[in-house]
Amino acid sequence: MEKIAGYPESLDNQSTHYCPGCTHGIIHRLIAEVIDELEIREETIGIAPVGCAVLCYEYFDVDMHEASHGRAPAVATGVKRVHPDKTVFTYQGDGDLASIGTAEIVHAANRGENITTIFINNAIYGMTGGQMAPTTLEGQKTTTSPYGRNIKDSGNPIKMTEMLAVLDGPAYIARVSVHNPKEIRKAKKAIKKAFRMQLEGKGFALVEVLSTCPTNWGISPTDGLKWLEEMMLPQYPLDVFKDIEEVE
Amino acid sequence: MSEKKLMKGNEVVGEAAIRAGCRYFFGYPITPQNDIPAYMSRRLPEVDGVFLQAESEVAASNMVYGAAGAGARVLTSSSSPGISLKAEGISYIAGAELPAVIVNIMRSGPGLGGIQPSQADYFQATKGMAHGDFRLLVLAPSTVQELADLTYLAFDLADKYRNPVMVLGDGMLGQMMEPVEFKEMRDLDELPKKEWATDGAKGREKNVINSLGLVAENLEKHNLKLKAKYDQMREEEVRYDDYKMDDAELAIVAYGTTARIATSAIDRARKEGYKVGLIRPITLFPYPENRIAEAADQVDEFLAVEMSTGQMVEDVKLAVNGKKPVEFYGRTGGVVPSTDEIYDKIVAMRGDK
Repeated sequence: MEKIAGYPESLDNQSTHYCPGCTHGIIHRLIAEVIDELEIREETIGIAPVGCAVLCYEYFDVDMHEASHGRAPAVATGVKRVHPDKTVFTYQGDGDLASIGTAEIVHAANRGENITTIFINNAIYGMTGGQMAPTTLEGQKTTTSPYGRNIKDSGNPIKMTEMLAVLDGPAYIARVSVHNPKEIRKAKKAIKKAFRMQLEGKGFALVEVLSTCPTNWGISPTDGLKWLEEMMLPQYPLDVFKDIEEVE
Repeated sequence: MSEKKLMKGNEVVGEAAIRAGCRYFFGYPITPQNDIPAYMSRRLPEVDGVFLQAESEVAASNMVYGAAGAGARVLTSSSSPGISLKAEGISYIAGAELPAVIVNIMRSGPGLGGIQPSQADYFQATKGMAHGDFRLLVLAPSTVQELADLTYLAFDLADKYRNPVMVLGDGMLGQMMEPVEFKEMRDLDELPKKEWATDGAKGREKNVINSLGLVAENLEKHNLKLKAKYDQMREEEVRYDDYKMDDAELAIVAYGTTARIATSAIDRARKEGYKVGLIRPITLFPYPENRIAEAADQVDEFLAVEMSTGQMVEDVKLAVNGKKPVEFYGRTGGVVPSTDEIYDKIVAMRGDK
């Protein structure tokens, strides 16, 4: 009998530490469903980041390796080089990937390291209590930009995904969102493709997922979804920025 | 056993690691250890291994963290400023209880320092590698042959204790050529099985490699478990070498290449009738403190000689525990102490016999 609903096998059935209205849980589930559907649960090693998802090694029911801040792509490289026949993914936030870990993600992508990266962008540091991230929007208030992010002093919201797409190494680079059911379905499709390409040995794949942080944005969960759509989408347009399958 | 070959210290590190079953190297260029990655980049493909030049030392040590977690025998090497950058990964490797071997071919510091030989990273290697309650097992070879043997041993010790092991040499040892005989090539199928490794949760519960401990009591328990390993190292792994200690009245304590220079000074002093001997620590952690304490009952005084402004001398003093005077002679900044200088210091201490 075909399973049409239920809890993914690749996700441990437990409550998470994530705040109400945070979309990490949705994204975890999408990844777990993809791992189930590709039947690679026993062949997968996940690399956890530092940040809100630091405990994701508790949630994914696959082998997990907890990295230091920003170094997940380096740790993933070490694992993948030892087990080239296994599936290796990193799960990283915007502080992790777009600030402290820029060198590691750029070079893993440039090497065309055959791994999959799921990049969660919620425009803020969540775990440490709502500091300004490199992805924080212009004028956005955080605990370290109390007057709103000032571009002149703090630079511009960084578009990592567009940056990585100009490299020759990556096979697939896309940005998706999870602010409504339609986008969630599209996000899953992109994540599945990013895993499938690794299985086919096509090289580095990254999916940026726009995510919410109502707690540190200081708004309600429903307003969080609205804020993502209205404020983040203009700065971070949803698109596929690189796909080697389309030019083949 | 293989025949003797004339080889450069740095290249010997690479070959000894491969013989020990290491098939993965992640590194970043820095003088004076560059022959190690160069050798590995040439040699590893011949044995189906992986050489990867990382984007930084930080990345390299985290690649080692990943590969070690995945169950591999893995090596990285660097020189002093690069080791500082690798410190992050090394702390995680120790916290997560993973075996890995790190070679530091020391140059002078602090900061960018110079590229001449030095022993100024003793404190870093033995006491203050990085944040947190942990220790490296530290091996200090003094000849190219010993560099080969200790590099080979380092992989077994790393697996035995699930702990990072550092081979601490200096630029002189890395650059010098000496005859060397290698141990046999290890059969990879005979290496210790690692049931904790992240290689896919096939037919078992998932494995997690981790150093996070948010509950203080649990992390304390973990740290005490680590401490028990370090105590076991103190019991089982202390290594040192004595030279002409039988009737010595002055004990020189020196390690690595400095110990060889001290040996020449001792030979000269002996000809002049000075009763001088050498205790050469081979493991810097665990330190041969019992041997030195025992010698404190025999000799009149100690002299620590180092290529630093005085680091290991503190451990000599701790071991001697005030029983006898401990003096120090050192050169720093890349200056190597000469036989004459050490001889003169011996004469100054022992006077007219």
